[in-house]
Amino acid sequence: MTPGGAPSWSFGPSDSQRIEEILNNLLYESNARCALLVDRTGQLVTTVGEQPNFDSAAFASLTAADFSANDQLASLIGEEEFSSLFHQGRNESMYLADVGKRLILVVLFNQQTTLGLVRIKIKDAVAGLNKAFEEVFGRAEDEESPALERGFVDEAEDEIDRLFRE
Amino acid sequence: MSMINYASREINCKIVYYGPGLGGKTTNLEYIYNKVAPTTRGKLISLATETERTLFFDFLPVDLGTIRGFKTRFHLYTVPGQVYYNASRKLILKGVDGVVFVADSQVERLDANIESMHNLYENLAEYGYDLRQIPFVIQYNKRDLPNVSAVEELERHLNPDRVPSYEGVATKGIGVFDTLKAVAKLVIKSLG
Repeated sequence: MTPGGAPSWSFGPSDSQRIEEILNNLLYESNARCALLVDRTGQLVTTVGEQPNFDSAAFASLTAADFSANDQLASLIGEEEFSSLFHQGRNESMYLADVGKRLILVVLFNQQTTLGLVRIKIKDAVAGLNKAFEEVFGRAEDEESPALERGFVDEAEDEIDRLFRE
Repeated sequence: MSMINYASREINCKIVYYGPGLGGKTTNLEYIYNKVAPTTRGKLISLATETERTLFFDFLPVDLGTIRGFKTRFHLYTVPGQVYYNASRKLILKGVDGVVFVADSQVERLDANIESMHNLYENLAEYGYDLRQIPFVIQYNKRDLPNVSAVEELERHLNPDRVPSYEGVATKGIGVFDTLKAVAKLVIKSLG
C-alpha cells in the first residue's frame, strides 16, 4: 500500500477465473469478438476472446483517458456520469461500460452482431463484475496484500540500472 | 495505485512527469523512447496539438522484465503543462505511483514553476494523495541555457522537502536517465 496515495489492489487466480467466466459468457451471448477490462488508471487487467493485434498497453491508457474525459464532460452538462460510451466504426465498433467506478469494460464487436444485443448483454455482465470486484476491493481494504518475494526490490533495482543506462 | 495482478503475475507502476508548459516533459519521454532497447518499450503515444504542444498526455510503457516471477512494467505519462489544460492534467494523476517534476531553469520561468508545483499539490490533494508521501523527484531542466537560475535558488523555491533533484538538459539526454532511475527505484521500494 502506498502511504498517502491510493491503495494498491491485487487479485489472485480464483478472482481471475470468475471474472473471465463472466466475460467469456458475455462474448458467447453477444457474439462480440473481444472483451478487455481496464482499470481507471489506464492499466490492462485482462483480455478474453480474440487476442487483439494492437498495442494493448496503449489501448488501455487511451481507454481510461477517453472515459475520464467523458466523465468530465458529463459533469459539465450537469450529469453525474456517462456510465457507458459507444464508438462506431465502419467495420469495428466498441462499447465501454463503467464497472464500480474503478474499472472499464470494453467490448469490441463487428457486423456479426448488433449494438442492441451487445448493450443488453453488457448490462448483465457489468452486474456480475460489480459483485466480483466489490469482493476484490473489500478484501484489498481489509487485508494486507500478499507480500512480494524477498529480494524483489534488490533485483528490480539492478534491472533499473541495467535498462536505463546511456 | 500500482496494480499487482497475482493471476497473470504482473506489476504495473504509473509515473507522471509534471511541470510548466514547454519545460521538457515530452522531451524526457522522447529521449527515453529513443535510448532504451526497442524490445523493452511499447509505442510512444502523444495526444498533441498540430503545433506539438501536449493536449492530453504522452504515454510510454517500459518493460523491466520478469523480476522474481512478476512481469514488471513502468507506465510513463506526461501531462499538458499549459495552465488552461488543468482538467486533463488532473485526470492523468489518477492512480499515480511516482511523480517527476520537470522544472524550467530559466529565470523568467521561475513563477511558472512555482505555480505548476502548487497546482501539483492541489490536484493530488483532490484525490486525497499527499505529495510528501509519494515517490517524488525533481529535474532542473535546460541547464545549458545562459539565463538560468542558480540550482540553490530553485531548490529554495521548489524543493522545501529536499527530495532527490537532478540537473538536466533533456534535449541532449543529460540527467534524463538519472531522474528516471531515481523515481523508478523509489516506486519499487514503496512496493516492497
